[in-house]
Amino acid sequence: MSHHIEKPTDITVPPTSLWAKLPMIGGALAVVGLGATLGSAFGHDKARAMFSYLFAYELVLSIALGSLGFVLIQHLVRAGWSITVRRVAETAMATLPLFLVLWIPIGLLGLHELYPWTHETDEILERKRWFLSNGFFFGRAGLYLVGWSVLAIFLYRSSVKIDSLTDMGEKKKVIHLIWKVSAAGIFFYALTQSFQAIDWLMGLTPHWYSTIFGLYYFAGSILAMYAFVSLATMALQRAGMIKKAVTAEHYHDLGKFTFGHTVFWAYIAVSQLIIIWFGNIPEETEYYMARMGGGWEIVSYALPVTNFFIPFLYLVSRHVKRHRTAFAVGCIYTLVMRVVDVYWLVLPSYGAHGEGAHEPHLAVHWLDVAAVVGVAGAFLAVFGWLMNKNKVIAIGDPRLEESLAHENY
Amino acid sequence: MSSFGLLAEYENPAQLYAACERVRDAGYTKWDACSPFAVHGLDKAMGLKPSTLPWWVLGIAISGSIFMFFFQIWAMVYAYPFILAGKPLFSIPAYVPCWYEATVLSACLTAFFGNWALNGLPRYHHPAFSSRSFARVTDDKFFIMIESRDPQFDATAAEALLKDTGASSVEELED
Repeated sequence: MSHHIEKPTDITVPPTSLWAKLPMIGGALAVVGLGATLGSAFGHDKARAMFSYLFAYELVLSIALGSLGFVLIQHLVRAGWSITVRRVAETAMATLPLFLVLWIPIGLLGLHELYPWTHETDEILERKRWFLSNGFFFGRAGLYLVGWSVLAIFLYRSSVKIDSLTDMGEKKKVIHLIWKVSAAGIFFYALTQSFQAIDWLMGLTPHWYSTIFGLYYFAGSILAMYAFVSLATMALQRAGMIKKAVTAEHYHDLGKFTFGHTVFWAYIAVSQLIIIWFGNIPEETEYYMARMGGGWEIVSYALPVTNFFIPFLYLVSRHVKRHRTAFAVGCIYTLVMRVVDVYWLVLPSYGAHGEGAHEPHLAVHWLDVAAVVGVAGAFLAVFGWLMNKNKVIAIGDPRLEESLAHENY
Repeated sequence: MSSFGLLAEYENPAQLYAACERVRDAGYTKWDACSPFAVHGLDKAMGLKPSTLPWWVLGIAISGSIFMFFFQIWAMVYAYPFILAGKPLFSIPAYVPCWYEATVLSACLTAFFGNWALNGLPRYHHPAFSSRSFARVTDDKFFIMIESRDPQFDATAAEALLKDTGASSVEELED
């Protein structure tokens, strides 16, 4: 039975909490991490620094981009349950303009080191030249990055605007505009998130192709987003915010989606593997061949177990999803495994082309850590800054009460 | 003819909900609530324990999964070894589709038939069907029935309790 539930009042960051310091902490991490990584990009470790940077960029981008997808879907399906946690995802989404800036080193510094098609040529690459050419590549990157930024800023600003509106008519106007933009935005999001994975990750091995690759990135991205949003919401509650607004019911639903996308990721990963494995064509198997030697085979064999069987059996129970600490463990595990997954996507291509080309081998470099610290720090700085700037919950949403009273049956 | 139990009729879900809490707190175990639609939270008001169905589904799904994995090894490697597309006889990627589908199928069948079994279905007749007022359970009335096989059932006490919860009528059901 739904009772009348009072609107939460603990909706701003307390000045003494760690959240208030997050922009500073994130900023410091960004300066150190990005400084070390991009500094090394001017030394003899340039190639390694660029690969580490691309890995960190794609890793953190997957959370911001996943949040954009989540927010668009919530608006399109008129979701009621997620309103209390939507602002966290919206804030993660609103960091997308940062990724426009962070892409510059990839485009200006690393293109030659990262993408063999920029300087190598053969029959196959010549046929792909219309797509893999500098002009078109930069044009596409600009379209994705500017498009995401505009979409994210619009959705974030509109949602924040509703916080302060009191007139239902005005609220409706804003919400209806959000719905219309979301309807078009979901197509833009689906295509661009697939094509960025094709451009920036599949482009590392230009002969190789897999039509499901964009979906593979999407599955991992939305999975990381659910884990991140759940953890950030828990952190908000620990710091004394939205204490009563988010309940076990919301975590249960976030948990269901985390669980579901774990299965989805495995489904896509196996679909890609089976088709390539059965087809047995050199251009296609190249991708897996690079990951079946030099220590990478350990990761390749471990991924189905660590990224599917373990989280599947762990998250399948409703008791785990509804238990705060147990679910937090699952989310942290999911994020760590996302790191492994993106690492496995990017780093086997390191050193496989150009002068001194060698067989790929698995060796974690300090630059990998530095790059993740830098990019994640910058992300957290912007995320924390926006969290402090506005309410931590979409307090003005006309259907907030529906979400506050949400229950699973 | 022996008595099956008592049937109490309520006008709205709020009454039903409050009555369920009273019956639950009175300590009855063999009783049920009937409503034309799902009343959210009624399972809590009735004090129902979570269903055991998930454990059946999980157990049988894992068994089905393990069975299909080894079944394929037996079929492809021992019973009818046949080289396909130059692949090894023991090839996990080739087993995945059947393996996966068998897991899903055993989980779904368990969920479907387990649901019937745990609900005591199929069942062709119920004593409540002989009550004329009970017909409106599919329309706009709400009911609680306390069965006489409940260990603490006492017709007078149960009737007093149900009347006290605001039932618009209480009648006895014949078995």
